[in-house]
Amino acid sequence: MSPSSQAAGPALRSRGMSDLAIRNLFIIPTIVFLIVFNIFPLIYSLGYSFTDFRASTNEPARFVGLQNYRDLLSDPFIWRNFTITAKYVLVSVTGQVIVGFGIALLLNREIPFKGLLTTLLLLPMMLSMAVVGLFWKLLYDPSFGIINYALGLGTFEWLANPDVALYAIALVDIWMWSPFVMLLSLAGLSAVPKHLYEAAAIDRASGLYTFFRITLPLVAPILLIAIIFRTMEAFKTFDLAYILASQPTTEVISIRLYKMAFQEWQTGLSCAFAYIVLIMVLAITNIYVKYLNKVKER
Amino acid sequence: MAEIELRGISKSFGTVPALRDINLTIADGQFFVLLGETGAGKTTTLRLIAGLDRPTEGRILIDGQDVTDWGAADRDTALVLQQYSLYPRYTVRQNLEFPLKSPMRRVPPDQIAERIARVSKTLRIGHLLDRKTDRLSGGEMQRVSIGRAIVRTPKVFLMDEPLSALDAKLRESLRAELKDLQMTLGETFLFVTHDQVEAMSMGDRIGVLNKGTLVQVGTPQEIYSNPVNTFVARAVGSPAMNLLPGRIEGGRAQLGPGLALDHAGGAEGRALIFGIRPEDVELATGAPLPATVTDVENHGVEKIVTLMAGPHRLRATVPVTVRVAAQDQVRIGWQPARVTLFDEATGRSLRRA
Repeated sequence: MSPSSQAAGPALRSRGMSDLAIRNLFIIPTIVFLIVFNIFPLIYSLGYSFTDFRASTNEPARFVGLQNYRDLLSDPFIWRNFTITAKYVLVSVTGQVIVGFGIALLLNREIPFKGLLTTLLLLPMMLSMAVVGLFWKLLYDPSFGIINYALGLGTFEWLANPDVALYAIALVDIWMWSPFVMLLSLAGLSAVPKHLYEAAAIDRASGLYTFFRITLPLVAPILLIAIIFRTMEAFKTFDLAYILASQPTTEVISIRLYKMAFQEWQTGLSCAFAYIVLIMVLAITNIYVKYLNKVKER
Repeated sequence: MAEIELRGISKSFGTVPALRDINLTIADGQFFVLLGETGAGKTTTLRLIAGLDRPTEGRILIDGQDVTDWGAADRDTALVLQQYSLYPRYTVRQNLEFPLKSPMRRVPPDQIAERIARVSKTLRIGHLLDRKTDRLSGGEMQRVSIGRAIVRTPKVFLMDEPLSALDAKLRESLRAELKDLQMTLGETFLFVTHDQVEAMSMGDRIGVLNKGTLVQVGTPQEIYSNPVNTFVARAVGSPAMNLLPGRIEGGRAQLGPGLALDHAGGAEGRALIFGIRPEDVELATGAPLPATVTDVENHGVEKIVTLMAGPHRLRATVPVTVRVAAQDQVRIGWQPARVTLFDEATGRSLRRA
């Protein structure tokens, strides 16, 4: 080591920060923040889920054991909320994957203004959920909305119609989040070596054959990651559904949970509900991750 | 089986010309080697024939049929690339099956199995069939990649430096295997390489490419003993041909002050380059040119001796039995008939001009 670089060590440290200073300045506040705002409420709410606590009254919480969980799981209305959510997740995620992956396939070639086009397509994703909800409400408006006007549907009710409302919300979610699937798919697609396509072309493989034998297996892992993200997000959808419609048929679990906790003030019960949802999301994610590892191994 | 013909092929990428007016016929069943440096246009030529790119100008004919506007799939060529291009996530068998299972071909299953069995026997990859391709060594991967080309029984085999990513020993053995394979199959092979040893040892005919122009086409022997210009002379042979500037005056080759030897006939007075192969340089006591030995490399059967004769550096290959060491003063000479004369200004061989 030269003398100058030896001198540089302590000099750098005195000018910059020691490991200790970094710990005190960045890591400790982060951990404190996490404990106070995440971990503590998580554990505390687990405690509440075994009580009949109501945050609106001054009465002390009474331990009720598993009664909350029992009540919830045997409540047919809750199961209806779950069915609605499942329908919503299925429609919205499937739609996003089809549209997003499709656009990615279209964009994955040499086209003029590709960068600009990609950026423009990403815009919906960058908007606020509440804003998206509000202007889609206008678009869907039966009397002056542009959608009915463009499709010539007269005064068709999108959001007031209990049979259609959920799918109308899912459509907005698809519009908003397909770009996310597109972005990840595009990354996956551009990572497929070009010479494989050339080899396939020379091997006289048709476009469809090449797609199913080469493209899809290679993009599958990253596509699955996009699906995991979107499923988790769709499962806990609140803003869009809350702003767009208030039908019993659009009451997804997070809306039910919100009403339970902050309108009916059943704090203990809603904590138990939140835990049931958490466990479900974890279970679904786990299934995906298992499958993801299997796909990667192949 | 097929004959390939290129008629006036040019290819530019944007404004950069990659190939200029290539005219070439590769006969049916021939092992043709395209030799050239990196960027000479070898791979471009191959891709044009395979149908992966379209020529800017000119026509491509396979078996007399104009295929210029056909897609890669319709031309029935097989391409083996340096990076193997095996399909990831599949086993060796699935890779070999890939072209046969394509809906465009519809080979019956029993025939697929039979063809794969035959190919894996030829290439000795039978024990690898159920292995994933990422568990193979480089040599094995290249064998599979060649196998994938063979199962289809294409009209033409195109190979883009298939051996250059392999280590020396493997390269040598695969070289012999490939040559054997071509003889057994009797198919037309177009092999692209920058390695002149590969070109010389495998090719029935060689085409030398320089900066997008086809400089010379001929048998390895023709190219070696009668290079059309100094570029080819330098490109082929190891060590390369000695190229010494000088002129012929009064029936003697003048290579510098005090450096002259008999050279009867032709090209009196003009600036020339004398091309002489190292094995034609003779070390003998009575020889006309004085020289100093600067280096001796022992290669087992022969020695490569580096010499300084006046301002000229040249190399000679001599049998190991010749006793010579660095710093020795020797005398050298050669038979005038063994000399290839090049014009100094154009670099062209006078035999051709």
